[in-house]
Amino acid sequence: MSTYSLSDGLASGAPRLSRTPLLANWVRESGIGVLASIAWIAFGLSCLWWEDVGDWSRTHSLGIAAFVIAAIALFGTVGADYLGSAGQALRKRAPWLVALGAFLTVWEVATAKFAWLPLPFFPPPQSIIEVYTDDLPKLLDSVFASVKLQLGGYLIGATVGFLTGVSIGWSRAVGYWVHPVLRFIGPLPATAWLPIAFFTFPSSWSASTFLIALATGFPVTVLTWSGVASVSNAYYDVARTLGAKPSFLVLKVAIPAALPHVFVGLFMGLGSSFAVLVVAEMIGVKAGLGWYLQWAQGWAAYANMYAALIVMSLLCSGAITLLFAIRDRLLVWQKGTVKW
Amino acid sequence: MVTAALAEAATHPAAGAALDIEQVSHAFDIDGAELPVLSDVSISVEPGEFVALLGPSGCGKSTLLRLVAGLDKPKAGRLREDDSRITRPHASRVVVFQDPTLFPWRSVWDNVALGLEAQGILNSQRHRVDAALDLVGLASFRNAYPHQLSGGMAQRVALARALVNDPKILILDEPLGKLDSLTRITMQAELVSLWQRKGFTTLLVTHDAEEALVLANRVIVFSDRPARVKADIRVDRPYPRHRGDPYLANLRRQILGLLGLDATW
Repeated sequence: MSTYSLSDGLASGAPRLSRTPLLANWVRESGIGVLASIAWIAFGLSCLWWEDVGDWSRTHSLGIAAFVIAAIALFGTVGADYLGSAGQALRKRAPWLVALGAFLTVWEVATAKFAWLPLPFFPPPQSIIEVYTDDLPKLLDSVFASVKLQLGGYLIGATVGFLTGVSIGWSRAVGYWVHPVLRFIGPLPATAWLPIAFFTFPSSWSASTFLIALATGFPVTVLTWSGVASVSNAYYDVARTLGAKPSFLVLKVAIPAALPHVFVGLFMGLGSSFAVLVVAEMIGVKAGLGWYLQWAQGWAAYANMYAALIVMSLLCSGAITLLFAIRDRLLVWQKGTVKW
Repeated sequence: MVTAALAEAATHPAAGAALDIEQVSHAFDIDGAELPVLSDVSISVEPGEFVALLGPSGCGKSTLLRLVAGLDKPKAGRLREDDSRITRPHASRVVVFQDPTLFPWRSVWDNVALGLEAQGILNSQRHRVDAALDLVGLASFRNAYPHQLSGGMAQRVALARALVNDPKILILDEPLGKLDSLTRITMQAELVSLWQRKGFTTLLVTHDAEEALVLANRVIVFSDRPARVKADIRVDRPYPRHRGDPYLANLRRQILGLLGLDATW
């Protein structure tokens, strides 16, 4: 008897219960998408509604682009269930789309329309777009030059640092000679070498490569060394009783055990090498994003500076993402690594 | 004749070796002071014997094992495996430590393969790794990483890593010391059956008298540091042994008496 009444109640209650959450669900899942769409429509309108206070050629296109993004945001989030993983990804990022749309609207109004922010120093979004469309070849050349310089210096520094770190950690004799040198030279900021390096090296390119390698090499050396030195003796004992030769102990025990430390060093080295790269490009190398920044400042082309800064930040962030992806690949055995 | 002998050698590749410990003394240097840990220890182990070394905590049993493994050199005396002097580690004498010390960056299979890889024979002997994993019942965990294993499973992997080398002398340094009591009892039985099947000489350090009596056919009791041999007790009982066996209970009382626990037991 009682079981009957229980199932009856459930059967009749189920449809009534699920009707109200349906609307609430829709608002929760797609409401932010609608908001994002509104924010981008607002941005588009802010571009087209008023006249620009200056002379910028991309205002109209930017407004249209904003409407397109608004449409994508709307249909993408509302129809996310039919779009698979792309729709879900868009839905997850919808709050950011709202914030971005709102920020761009305020930026547009405060610069291009009413000039609340002083003008050449705070260019509107459309002037930065203009840099990307009209000054693209020069910008791409700079990107290419920067990546080439950075990659070369970083790879040399990381390799030399890694080998030095392993040698110091492994061999007492190497440690005796290299450690004092490392202590004396390592903490010196690599940029302090700039004037000397540009004199002594045959080209500014080789000088900058050396400086970037130096900035990378120091943290990589120290952390590789400390990683190798902190490997538990128990691992060596195990390997030795299993018949391991010294080369096996270095390559298959010390280095894999030290690898988490090595990656911390590579990460720190990457950060400090970016700083050296930009300074070296500004001072000596007549190419690259650092030089582009310097050049843009000389011409008071503030929009170009912002445009270059954005590219630079994407590149640096991309490099770190790449490094972390390699680390996650190599260190799958570790629990709980930081997600970048 | 020769082929028959070769076939014989192939079917029993891991038959145990004799171990001679002759008047071995050892000491540690701690802040310039010399701390004696082993004093004139002489033990002669027959091929295929299962010898338990029992003694108070910190008496120097583990130090003796390190000397047998060849990880350290004694200050005085000699150690010999069959007729060759022990001067350095060799894959014929493999140690299982109290901590499994698996390499966390290697999968279970790669951990077990370590010895063969170190000796440069892995490529032709891969089947031995699979066989060793089967032996300890962990074939389905071959791709797992050590952090995914329980304590008992990790210690089984460590055992497989030792056995894959077909050691002539298996050196066990309290390998079951950190396991829970149920896992411990299961693994004690597994150890005995492995030892019976493979025929290697076994040296087990433990501070558990019952474990020594259930597993070994000889129990050597050490004194406090510096360790010297206090008693050498033969345990002539068939396997599998029963924990409640009155003969073993009697021996256990004797041993605990030797260790200075007669007042409480």
